[in-house]
Amino acid sequence: MSVSLTTPVWKRGLLFVAGASILSLGVACERRPATGGDTADTGEIVIGMYGSLTGDGASFGQSSREATELAVDEVNTAGGILGGRKFKLLVEDDQSKPDEAASAVTKLITQDKAVAILGEVASRRSLAAAPIAQRYAVPMITPSSTNERVTEVGDYIFRVCFIDPFQGEVLAKFAVNDLKAKKAAVLKDIQQDYSVGLTDSITRSFAALGGQVLDPVSYSSGDGDFRAVLTQIRSQKPDVVFVTGYYPEAAIIARQARELGMNMPLLGGDGWVGDALQNGREALNNTYISNHYSGDNPDPVVQNFVTTYTARFKREPDAIAALAYDAVKVLADAMTRANSTDGPKVRDALAKTDVAGVTGRLKINAKRNMEKPAVIQEVTFKDGKVKFVYKTTINP
Amino acid sequence: MRPRTKLIAIVVTMAVLLGLNQVVEYGFGEFQVNPYYARIINLVGINITLAVSLNLINGLAGQFSIGHAGFMAVGGYAATYLTVYHGQELAGLAGTTLATGLGASVAMAFSLLVGACAAAAAGLAVGIPSLRLKGDYLAIVTLGFSEIIRVVILNIPAVGGATGFTDAIPITNFFWIFAMAILAIVVVRNIASSTFGRALAAIRGDEIAAEAMGVRTTRYKVLAFVISAAFAGVAGGLSGQLFANPLNPQNLNFVKSIEVIVMIVLGGIGSTTGAVFGATALTILPEALRPVDRQFPGLRMVIYALVLILLMIFRPQGVFGRRELGWQWLRVRRSR
Amino acid sequence: MQTFLQQTINGLSLGAIYALIALGYTMVYGVLRLINFAHGDVYMLGAFAGYFLANALQLDANPSILWAIVVTIGAMAICAVIGILIERLAYRPVRHHSRLTSLITAIGVSLLLEYGGQVVFGATPRFFPQMIRSRTFVLGGVQITNQSLLIILLAVAVMFGLHFIVHRTKIGKAMRATSYNLAVAKLMGINTDRVIAFTFALGSALAAAGGVMVALSIPRIDPLMGLMTGLKAFVAAVLGGIGNIPGAMLGGMLIGLMETALSATAYSTYRDAVAFGVLILILLFRPAGILGTSGTDKV
Repeated sequence: MSVSLTTPVWKRGLLFVAGASILSLGVACERRPATGGDTADTGEIVIGMYGSLTGDGASFGQSSREATELAVDEVNTAGGILGGRKFKLLVEDDQSKPDEAASAVTKLITQDKAVAILGEVASRRSLAAAPIAQRYAVPMITPSSTNERVTEVGDYIFRVCFIDPFQGEVLAKFAVNDLKAKKAAVLKDIQQDYSVGLTDSITRSFAALGGQVLDPVSYSSGDGDFRAVLTQIRSQKPDVVFVTGYYPEAAIIARQARELGMNMPLLGGDGWVGDALQNGREALNNTYISNHYSGDNPDPVVQNFVTTYTARFKREPDAIAALAYDAVKVLADAMTRANSTDGPKVRDALAKTDVAGVTGRLKINAKRNMEKPAVIQEVTFKDGKVKFVYKTTINP
Repeated sequence: MRPRTKLIAIVVTMAVLLGLNQVVEYGFGEFQVNPYYARIINLVGINITLAVSLNLINGLAGQFSIGHAGFMAVGGYAATYLTVYHGQELAGLAGTTLATGLGASVAMAFSLLVGACAAAAAGLAVGIPSLRLKGDYLAIVTLGFSEIIRVVILNIPAVGGATGFTDAIPITNFFWIFAMAILAIVVVRNIASSTFGRALAAIRGDEIAAEAMGVRTTRYKVLAFVISAAFAGVAGGLSGQLFANPLNPQNLNFVKSIEVIVMIVLGGIGSTTGAVFGATALTILPEALRPVDRQFPGLRMVIYALVLILLMIFRPQGVFGRRELGWQWLRVRRSR
Repeated sequence: MQTFLQQTINGLSLGAIYALIALGYTMVYGVLRLINFAHGDVYMLGAFAGYFLANALQLDANPSILWAIVVTIGAMAICAVIGILIERLAYRPVRHHSRLTSLITAIGVSLLLEYGGQVVFGATPRFFPQMIRSRTFVLGGVQITNQSLLIILLAVAVMFGLHFIVHRTKIGKAMRATSYNLAVAKLMGINTDRVIAFTFALGSALAAAGGVMVALSIPRIDPLMGLMTGLKAFVAAVLGGIGNIPGAMLGGMLIGLMETALSATAYSTYRDAVAFGVLILILLFRPAGILGTSGTDKV
């Protein structure tokens, strides 16, 4: 049909809209990707890692990235897996934001065609990204997200660390048995699932052990002034204070607490493990954390890892790095056993994981989590550096 | 338009939207729409609703509001809450479950209705005090309301609190997004060429003179807020129930309101066509800039800010000014 | 009782921060009728300027009061220049457009500084070096650090200083004249462009000083730190009466105390909403602010 001066306006309008839509859809269309099976039977195995390389969680992102790269290089140097195929690692920065995490994982899966996803450290960002991995049937392994809801998202989501219900128990046990605490105060970061979950767990465990827990007091990630809430806590005279958030705030909380004359022990979880913690300076003395691994463990596997990492990156690996390293090894092991990179097959293989790693025995349980012992470390600040000193181990 | 023509137009539009929905969401035969692009298309639709509705207050009524994110939040959370906690019952009304297209649509309809009403109520709450305030102060008060709403939502665990409303059920699809966008455009365009619109134009020109001429400024200003807020609420409900796009108080803040303002400023404050253009351009642009943002986080917003400043200095009327693209444009221009 | 006193001190320290920034807001609004949204971000830039200067001088390892003062003055100077640049490049071209255009431009500048800061400095928060070793004084069971004391004293000193400048110097007179009526001031031979530039420079320098002082006591700095604080400081200025210098001080202290009071209750996470709630109430019931004078609008 031809459009001319006599074509009614509404017809022309319709044609215009139709034309525009078809054009834009045409640009957006693509052939459906082949479902299942290896689209490439040879060549590199693309795996994607997303992490907080910048922003509030930058220390987490950098530690996990370094360790992941180290592990990937080791796998590749040893000849790769599945008959000589090497890993190709793509890293995306989520800027410490959950929606960026979601879009990073979407990009890795849909644009870069990653067959497995590694990440993230912070539970909140893992929770944002996991539904996407689950929807596209791509296995995701989080190295150190401890909030229990992460693996509940679906059967493609796994983790290589313990979960917060256990971590809370560990901290409560230590406080009651070793520090003889009877009354505890808790500071929680309402913006982080990790902190909220850990707080619940600590509260339950501490009460179950016969102690008294004061109502948790909230703050937000990014806050800098905690004096008002600390003063309230101070007035209630607790024996210990649990600070269940991440390292940037923990450092300042420690400092301001000491400035207010609060010298009781402060306890935190693995979220304290970040280089910015050192800004707490001397205030960090008389604080303790629960952690996944201790760098001064004399086990040769651990020491070997520490030496290799330190030689390459010029600093000692923290627990975040150790877990990220183990995550890669777990993935390589699962793919080897599955003899494939196909999502469903790798998923099934992951569910049966049972290997030895830097952070201990890596055995996946029915809920796709790991039951591992936790260590308690004392935090000390000497010569301008933070050191985590091993104190004791608590088994599940 | 005669009623019969109107009816035909509506039916045809619905049919077209359903057809496009089928293509965008499910593909046809061997082909599918790249999920990434499909998502962008959906986001464009949501932003069109936001921009066109904001244009009603800022453009047509000349009241400066920077609290649009707050209305989006109220409506979005109300809508999502309904679906999450009562969705199955609603789907049951149609004799089916949420998993089917029909059930989801029924739930969506109710959900958006509730969202619109909740946001409209918020619009009322904001609109009434705003009556006395002008210019800068009105802007700050709307900002204040929006921040208060955000902080309150942050503290409600039942809707996810600081984590965001991740329990949302993803029932949003292309059809609903664009049906609402088209509805918003039609409503605002009709308002603009009605008595209501004339009154708003008078208020925008000189409020005191308008009052003196007998225009009931109070009623019209509040009405503008309420309608605008209702659509923002609808956009919120659509946005929050889009796959992997949970509502999050951290995102529904001052910066989000500014993003919508940049859209209408770019398109031309007061022009609905401009709002559509601005919304489209400023949804696609950040996505196109995403690789750049990966290299230099924050560069995207820097470009936004520069666009805003340069626009204000060199072309404050935006691309379309106050002009609209209408059926007239498609008529033949007779040369004189 | 001791807790109450402690919280009062906490509130006053917080309030002094808001007051320092509010003073700058109120000055610029008084002269130009412009809400300089970018003011909070100049405060951020001051903190960063101080950060880089202090690190260059390695003050973390060798704290010293003398060098701390140098760093502060350096940051103030840098931000005064930035303030003048912002005015010249972004605000002057739109000065004769509508108020709304100026407001949007101000928002644009604010975003530019925030996200530009992110691009240049990176989004990862940094920790300000301890230029002055922290010491806590205990008076009757109440703890106060030397940094908090410093901020309070600085805010008071600045308030008196500003009052002196505005009411007892020639440039101050010019500022007041410009604020009453710009066109007539020009006719009277006042170089309004220079007066405005001076106002911006002064306000920005104050914000910078605030930024450095705050960074001492709340050591975490990041490019977005000015957003919320700036908004609340603006509310403080409005609360006290915008354009009124003692008003800004009063408003700042009140907001600081209210926020601290709320933090002390179970509703601490509603803290951010306090300032805005107060703003809405004030604008509804006493738009001129506590110490402001209500004028009549001529039609």
